[in-house]
Amino acid sequence: MLGEGILKGLAETAKNFAGSFVSADRLTTVEYPEQRIAPIENTRDFPFLVYDGGDWEAGLRCVACQICEKECPPKCIYIEKSKDKKPDYVGKMQIYPVRFDIDISVCMSCQICVEVCPFEAIKMDTQFELSTTDRFGGLLLDRQQLAKPNEYYHTIHPTEATEVDARLAGEKAKAEAKARAAAAAPKPAAPAANPAEGAKAVAEAMPPIKTQQEGETGS
Amino acid sequence: MMQTLDRIFILLRDWLVHFLPSAWRAPAGTVLSVIAIIGLFPALFALTTVLERKGLGRMQNRLGPNRTGPLGILQPVADGIKALTKEDVVPFRADAIVHFLAPLLLVVVVFMGFAVLPMGRNMVLVDMDAGLLFFFAMGASTELSIFMAGWSSRNKYSLLGAMRAVAQMISYEIVLLLSSVAVVMTAGSLSLTKIVEAQNTYSFGLPHWYIFTPWGLLAFAMYAIAAMAETNRTPFDLPEGESELVAGYFTEYSGFKFALFFLGEYLGMFSISGLGTTLFLGGWSAPFSFLGWVPSWIWFFSKVMLSICVFIWLRGTLPRLRQDQLMNFAWKFVLPITLFNLLVTAIWRFLGPGWPRWFVCTALVVGIYVVMGETGMRRGKFGPRSYRYAE
Amino acid sequence: MSISFYILSALMLAGGLGAVMLRNAVHCALSLSVAFTGLALLFLQLDAQFAGLAQILVYVGAVAILVVFAILLTRTSEEIGESNVFSRTWLIGLILAAAVFAVLGWAVLRTAPMFPQPSAAPPVTVQEIGSALMGRYVLPLEIVALLLTAALIGAVIVATHEKEGAK
Repeated sequence: MLGEGILKGLAETAKNFAGSFVSADRLTTVEYPEQRIAPIENTRDFPFLVYDGGDWEAGLRCVACQICEKECPPKCIYIEKSKDKKPDYVGKMQIYPVRFDIDISVCMSCQICVEVCPFEAIKMDTQFELSTTDRFGGLLLDRQQLAKPNEYYHTIHPTEATEVDARLAGEKAKAEAKARAAAAAPKPAAPAANPAEGAKAVAEAMPPIKTQQEGETGS
Repeated sequence: MMQTLDRIFILLRDWLVHFLPSAWRAPAGTVLSVIAIIGLFPALFALTTVLERKGLGRMQNRLGPNRTGPLGILQPVADGIKALTKEDVVPFRADAIVHFLAPLLLVVVVFMGFAVLPMGRNMVLVDMDAGLLFFFAMGASTELSIFMAGWSSRNKYSLLGAMRAVAQMISYEIVLLLSSVAVVMTAGSLSLTKIVEAQNTYSFGLPHWYIFTPWGLLAFAMYAIAAMAETNRTPFDLPEGESELVAGYFTEYSGFKFALFFLGEYLGMFSISGLGTTLFLGGWSAPFSFLGWVPSWIWFFSKVMLSICVFIWLRGTLPRLRQDQLMNFAWKFVLPITLFNLLVTAIWRFLGPGWPRWFVCTALVVGIYVVMGETGMRRGKFGPRSYRYAE
Repeated sequence: MSISFYILSALMLAGGLGAVMLRNAVHCALSLSVAFTGLALLFLQLDAQFAGLAQILVYVGAVAILVVFAILLTRTSEEIGESNVFSRTWLIGLILAAAVFAVLGWAVLRTAPMFPQPSAAPPVTVQEIGSALMGRYVLPLEIVALLLTAALIGAVIVATHEKEGAK
C-alpha cells in the first residue's frame, strides 16, 4: 500500500534516535580530541629513524646509503654523509648521516623508503598530530626529531618489530660465527691461495651480484 | 490561579499599557503584541535550529553540535555572529535593488502571517473574519519574493531553482487551500478563532479535533504534505538542495541576507505548523477535558513544536524527490484526493451526527486512498524514449 | 477621504507609473504587483475583506508570477534590460487613453448621486458572497468554470502541438 515504505523508514529513524541515547552501536561518534580511536597496527603516517640502545647518535641504524633518498618519489629526504665512521650493531665501522631531513609537508606516506632500506633503519611512525604554525621550518623534521628508540618501534608495530629484531639478531649471530671461523682458521687459507686467486680473478671480472649478506657486511 | 496563568500575557500587556493615556492604549497594546511576536518567534527559530541539527544527528547515528555551550545550545549565537560578520557579496551584474528587497519581502510577509494565529484563549493579534484567507494571501506573496531572489542574482542556477520553487509552491498551494476548505466547510467560518472554538468541545473526555474525524485525518495528511512542499522542506527541497543546483535561489546570497532567508524559511515553517494546529489539532484546546487547567498557550506551542519535530523527523528519513516526481505527486495524487475529500466532508455534514457517518466516511477515505495509491502513482510503461528539447 | 486613502492612491499610482515607465521588463512586473497590493489595501480599507484578500491571493500570488514567467520565457537575457519605453506611436496611444478615461469618467460621474454614503454600506461577509454565488449567480459561476477549463485544456493542446510541430 502507498505509504508503507515511509512508515518503515520513520520507524527506523525513530529507532536510531532513541537508540543513540542508550546503546553504543547506534551512536558511533568518537569525540576527538577528547577520545581517540587506537590506530591499527598497519597505520602509517610519516617515517622515523630507529636507533638501538640509549644513545640516539651512537645507536642510529642508518648508514647514509642514500637509497631512500633516491627512491623517494616526491624527493622529501635530504641526507648528508659523514666523513668519519662509527661502529654499527655488528661492530663494523660504518659512515652515518650528519644530516637527515624529511619534509613531511611533501612526504606522501608511500612507505617506499621503508621497503628499500637494507638496514631496517627507517620505519613508518603513526603520529599525525604534527600541525604547527611555523610555516617554514616546522614541517621539516631533522635527524634528532626523527630518531626514536627501538622500544618505541615495538610499541607501535609489535609484530614487525619482533620480526625485524629476530632477523637482525640472526644476521648478527651469523656475522659473529663467521668472524670466529675466520679467526680460528687463518692458515688453511694461505696454501689454497693459488687456485683461490684464480677463481677470485674470474669472479672479479664479472659484475658483482649484491646479495643481502654482502650488502649488510659492507660494500 | 490557572485562569490567571492562562491570561498572563494579556494581563501583562494591559498592565504595561495602563501607564499611557487612554487614547493611546489600544494602539500601544497592539504594538506590544507585535513586539512580543517579533521577539518570540526568532527565539523559537534559534532553538529549532539547534533541535534540528541535534535531532538529525541522532537519527543519523552521530552527535549534533555539542561544542558551543552545553549540548550545543549556543550554536545559533555562533551562527548569527558568523552570518553578521561575513562580507555581503552582491554580484556585479545582479539587480541590486531587487536583490536587496527579496529577503526583506520574505521576512515581512511571513511575519504578517503570524498576525491571525490564535496562540491562546483570546490571544490573537488581529481577529479577522477572513483570517484564513489573509494567511493564504501572505503565503502567496512568499512565492514572489523567492522568484525575485532567483531572478535578481543573474545566475542560471538561481533562476532555475527559483522557477522550480515557484512551480512547486503554486502546485501545492492549491492543495493547502483545498484541504483547509474542508475545515471551513465544517466550522462554518473563515475566522481562525471560531474554528478553534468549534473544536474546543469534548465528548467522553475526548476532544472534537478535526484530525480525529476520517475526512480530517485525510485532510491533515494532505495539508502536511503541502506544508512541507510550501516551505521547501525535504523531501521537497529540490529548489534549495545543497547537493543539486548549488544552493538554488540562495546561491548569490551571503551573510545577513542568507540568514534572513533562513529565518524566513523557518518562520514559514512555524506559521504553517501554527495554522495546521489551529485547523486540525484544535489550536489551543487541551487534549483531554480534565487537562483544561493547563494554560492554553502551552498547548498551542507544544503542538507547534510537535509538528516541527515531525518535520525534522521526516527530513531525517526521506530522500529528496525529483522535480517531475514532485509535480506528478501533486497533480496526480494529492489534488484528486483533496478534491474527493471535499465530497467526503460534505457527506459527513449532511449525514448528521451518529455512527452511520463515521462508517461511510471512513470507508470512503480508505477507499480513495487505496484506489489513488494504485492508479495515480503508477509509473508509466517504459517505451522508446521521446525527447523534448527546450525551445 | 482619509489620509490612508491618499497614501494608498499614491502607492498605486507610483506602481502603475513604474509599470509602464521602467526600462527593465521584470521591474515593470514587480511594480505592477505593487499596484495590485495598493488596490488590495484600498479594498481592505473599504471593509471588503474578501475582495482585498482575494486580490492579494490571486493577483500578487499568481498573476504577477505568471507575468514574470511570461517575460522570462519569451525573451533572451540580453533583451531584458533594454526596452523602449516611449514608442513611436505615442500620440495615438495618448488620444486613445484620454478617450477611454473620458468615457469612464462620464459613466462614473453620471451615476455618482446614486451611491450610498460610505457609512451606510453594509459590510459584505464571505458568507454572503458564498450564498450569492451558489444561489443567485450559480449559472454564471458554472459558465466561468467551464470557460476556465476550456482555456486550460486549450493551453495544454496548443503547447503540445507546438512541441510536436517543432519536431
